[in-house]
This record gives sequence, C-alpha cells and structure tokens, in this order.
Amino acid sequence: MRWNTAEYSGWGRALTASGQLARPERASAVAALMDEEPAPAIGNRRSYGDACLNDGGRAVDMTRMDRVLGFDPEAGEITVEAGVELGVLSRMLAPKGFLPAVMPGTGFATVGGAIAMDVHGKNHHHAGSFGQHVAEITLQTPKGERVVGEGTDLFRATVGGLGQTGVIVSAKLRLLKCKGDVIVVTERRVPGWDDFLALLDGSDATYTVGWIDATATGTKLGRGILEEAETGSGLIPSKSTARRIKRNAPGWALSPGIVRAFNSLYYNRVPRSGRTSVKRLQDFFFPLDRIHDWNKLYGRRGFHQFQCVVPVDAAPALRAMLEKIATSGLASPLAVLKRMGPGRAGFMSFPMEGYTLACDFRNVDRSTRLIRDLEQDVAEARGRLYLAKDALARGAHVRAMYPEHGDWLAEVQQVDPDKALVTDLVRRLELRAAP
Amino acid sequence: MSETWIILGATSSMARAMARQLAERGDALVLAGRDMPDLEATASDCQLRGAADARAVRFDARDPSTFQAILDAAEGTVNCAVFVGSMPDQSLIDADPSLIDGTVMDSFTGPARFLQMLAPVIEDKGAGVVVGVGSVAGDRGRVGNYVYGAAKAGFATYLSGLRNRLTRAGGHVVTVKPGFVDTAMTWGIEGMFLVATPDDVARDILKAVKKRRNVIYTPFFWRYIMAIIKAVPEPIFKKMSI
Repeated sequence: MRWNTAEYSGWGRALTASGQLARPERASAVAALMDEEPAPAIGNRRSYGDACLNDGGRAVDMTRMDRVLGFDPEAGEITVEAGVELGVLSRMLAPKGFLPAVMPGTGFATVGGAIAMDVHGKNHHHAGSFGQHVAEITLQTPKGERVVGEGTDLFRATVGGLGQTGVIVSAKLRLLKCKGDVIVVTERRVPGWDDFLALLDGSDATYTVGWIDATATGTKLGRGILEEAETGSGLIPSKSTARRIKRNAPGWALSPGIVRAFNSLYYNRVPRSGRTSVKRLQDFFFPLDRIHDWNKLYGRRGFHQFQCVVPVDAAPALRAMLEKIATSGLASPLAVLKRMGPGRAGFMSFPMEGYTLACDFRNVDRSTRLIRDLEQDVAEARGRLYLAKDALARGAHVRAMYPEHGDWLAEVQQVDPDKALVTDLVRRLELRAAP
Repeated sequence: MSETWIILGATSSMARAMARQLAERGDALVLAGRDMPDLEATASDCQLRGAADARAVRFDARDPSTFQAILDAAEGTVNCAVFVGSMPDQSLIDADPSLIDGTVMDSFTGPARFLQMLAPVIEDKGAGVVVGVGSVAGDRGRVGNYVYGAAKAGFATYLSGLRNRLTRAGGHVVTVKPGFVDTAMTWGIEGMFLVATPDDVARDILKAVKKRRNVIYTPFFWRYIMAIIKAVPEPIFKKMSI
C-alpha cells in the first residue's frame, strides 16, 4: 500500500494534522495494511475536532470502500462497506421503502464514522442511537479480522469507540421502514425556553428537532422553531437548490449584528400560526448539505461546535449555559436543542436521557474561553460532551463524563495493546492512559 | 434499451465508477478481473443501483484460457470497456527487464487478444461499442515510464485499427486517454496536478460513447497539454525530464 503525505482537518478546520494516508479500495488491501502497520481509520472527516486526525502518524482513508454488499428487503437489512455515505444510502433506499434507522445532521457522514461515533438523529427519542441498529461489524483489528456481533464487549467497545478497536470494513444495518421519499414537516414558533422544553417533552412525532436562536436574551431567551416530521409518499416536495461556498468568508461575515439579524429573520419566516410543508427527505435530514463546504463561512481559522447533553433534571443548568452563550454575542446561527432518549449502544456513546444543546462558534480566543467555561458547567450538571464535536476539552473532565470508560479501555487494550490506533483526540483526552 | 457491458479490469476505480453509472441506467454488467471477492462486491453494489444483471467473472490478461467464458456470459448487444493495465515503476523494469513482458501483456496484448475474439460477435450483431482506456503516457515515450507508455501506445494503435474494422459492420471503438486520475495507481505519487476523479472520467466516457467520438482525452484539456508535449522537437525533448 502506498502512503500519501497530506495535511488534513476535521469539519471545524480549527485543528489540522499532517501525516501519511492510505486509501484502500478493496477489503484485501485493508487486511494487508493492517497486518503490516495498523493505523486508525478515517472517513469523510465530518467530526468537527480531532477525532479524525492523527498528526505525525498514519491513517486509513476509507472513503473508497463505498459499496453495498447485500440488501435483504424481507429482513429489512443491508450490508455495506464502511465508506458508504448515509445520504447516498437514504437516496438509494427511500424509493424501496426503507431508510437508515438513524441519520445524523449530515448525509456526508460515512457508515464507519456513524458507528465509531454512535451518532444520533432527529428520532433519538424513539429510535435510539445508530449503533442500536447495527447487527454485525466486520472489523480489521491489529490482530486480524473479527466479525463482531451485538451483545459482545468488543461490539460495545467498537460502537462509539472512536476507532480504537480497529478499522471498520463493513457492517450489517437494520433499516427502518418508511412510507416514501418525501417528508411532511410542521414548523412552529416557540417564544421561549420553558415552552420549548414543554413542547419537546410532549412531542410524539417520529422526527423532532428544535432550532434555537442563540442570540436572543431576556424574555426571548430560548426562543426558536420546533420542527416535527413524518415520512410520506405521493406528495410533491418543494424545490431545493444546491450551492457551494468557494472560498473562506471574511471575519465579519458572522459578526454579532449580522447573526442577530439573520436569526430574527429566520425566526419570523415561520408564520405565527405555524406551517406544514412537504420536503425532500434530504432537505429535512441534511439541511446544510445543500451548501457544500459551508464550513468555509467561518473563515480561515475555522470554528468549533459545542455540544453537550444533560440529564432531564439538570435543565436549569442548561438554561444557564444558553444564557451565557446568548449574552456572549459569540454564537452563530447554527444552534440546536433536542430531547434525547436513553438509547446508546457503546461504552463511550454520547447519548443519555435528557436535553442536548449544540452551538457553533467562530474560532476566536473568546470562543475557546467560553467553551472551556461551558465544559465546566456540563461536568457540574453531570452531563456529557460529544466527542464527535469536541476539540478543546480536558481529559479528566471527559473521562469522568463517560462512566464506562474503564470497560472500553480494557477491551481496547486487548485488541490494540501497542496503541497503534491512537488519534489526536484520544491523545489529547488521554483516553488510552491507564486510569 | 438496456445493453450488456463487459468490463475488463472491473476492480479499478475508473471501471467501478463506470459500472455504477451503467447500473444506474439499467444496463447488464459482466464484471471481469482477478480479485473475485472484490468483483462480487461491485456486482452486488451495481445490482442494487439498478443494473438489469451484474455478475463477476474471472479475467486474467496473462491467461487467455479465461477469455471465452466471459464472452459466453454476455447476452444481447455486447459492449466492452477495457480498463486493464499495469504500471510497474520504471526503475523496477530497469533492474529486471523481464517485467516488460507482463506489462505489455496487461496493457496491450492481453486485452487486444480478447477484443480480437469479441470483434466477430460485434460484426455478427452489427452493433456494439468497444471502449479502450489508454493513457496520455502512450502519446510520447518519457524516461519516467516508457515501457508502460509503449504498451499503451501499442494498444492505442490497435484500437485505431479495430475502429477501422468495426465501423464497417456498424460497431464503434472509442479510445480514451485519461490524464491524471485520482486512483489507487496514482495515490501517493508526487507531482500530480489537475487530477480528475474516477466519476468525472466515467461521465466523459459515457458521453463519448453516446456521441460516437473516436479519441477522447479526459479531462478534455489534456488534448492541449499533449499537443504541446508532442510538438516539442525530439532534439530538445530527449534532454527534458517531464
């Protein structure tokens, strides 16, 4: 296998790595290179921070392993190579009456990445996490190939396992039945925080997500738009257009005044009485995918996403965090509030029953100070930071947030005793260090 | 109307991209190559993407006994796209001249012998397209890869003759000369520029087939780059290293 020296980064572009990348196109090539010199896998690098980086080391780019190996409509199962994108899968399956059971906010995420991060979607409160719908994983560990079934410790260490058990080569997924390839979306204005929580708690729609105006303060704190959706068929969706951001935006593009104005327009665009519309599936599940390379809007220095989840009874603490964000004037238009169910499939999975808040920040010093401050608040609220987003947290905090870290570590050390699969995130948070 | 495409060297990423695009329009595929598990994977992928049929068969450019079974697997109007070829480092060939034989067999004589068997089938049917993937490396011998280049040049000349033959019978031959393409073969090689994706190349090929083009460069601007390289007088060219 040939190695290509490259500089690369995660989606946030605030952190970069330079190192050697292999890009196998066949399972036999993955096996050969893992036998020779094991390295961690990366996919489409849709993690924001350094989970997909190995600075000064090697990594295996799995994006060319992107084939569907088998589809069983009777059982509702599909076997795919790890590099298949979830958006591609959804477009392929919806006309056949199926969808990936869980879809994150971008369709460019690969199946391998979705497993390694145990991602969640707008239906987490019903359907749980991605890993709960994985029946089997074919894993190339530093000690050879393993076919890993549900219920085993190696499965729990691999799902949400940050790539530390090996390269995921392929996986068998259980699919969700859907009515067709469109989705009926109801949008409603929510005037403030308490109403938002009540509406999220009360929603029994299949897909529910809240956009939150992270610049609104005072009585408007926590205002936003609640979106509830169900798949449908035989309906004509509204048109959508794709755009591409060609170059880095200037620093003022997301200055406080502009963000406040944008958020106000975005909030008021939905009529006071709400509205229902028919959309294409992709436009609902992956709204930002229509703007290719939207991460360049944050300029050359990139950005950070802060995402945490706190238990239901810690909602007041989350409100306080939002208040800090809103008064800082640093928030971008992209902020999301969601109710999470308890579903998780791995030792290091992010989800817990409670509320999750996500917000983007331009990479400036004041933002990093604010995010570090919020990290402390999350720890005190017995919450958790999402490692697919994180680029700044400190190890002791994170290890305490993941109570099954010890179980994960024990399993990981068995399959990768030489720490060949360590990534920048794992190094930064000292996740592989003996407790 | 759906047609059958035989794809020789179907494990390459350009071939995979073309197979996918053919599958999406409902053609039947015979995927030929050496790595059977990998061909099976591409076959199931194409099947799910809409191929009328997709099967994997063994093809080894250096083993003509594998050829007939591939022809037998194809039905209806038969088209064929040739993606096979091998490009060992010139330095390896310099150290071991016997490597020339395999390189020429993979890139030229193997597929040519197969196409020689396919030609009467196309003539009988009065229809069928052959796509032969050569390389800009075949346009002029360079110190860096002249054995590979020579094999591809031989193949290009063969395709030109085959086109001359099949045109009379209603068939057609498209010669494709890709520039730098982002594949496993070029991954990690230094000095690549203006690199095209396998998907781009596959799209260009299908467009050329539809328009019955004879010789295409992909991406198109390689025609001009190669025109310049071919125009350099030999007394100067022989001292250059490009």
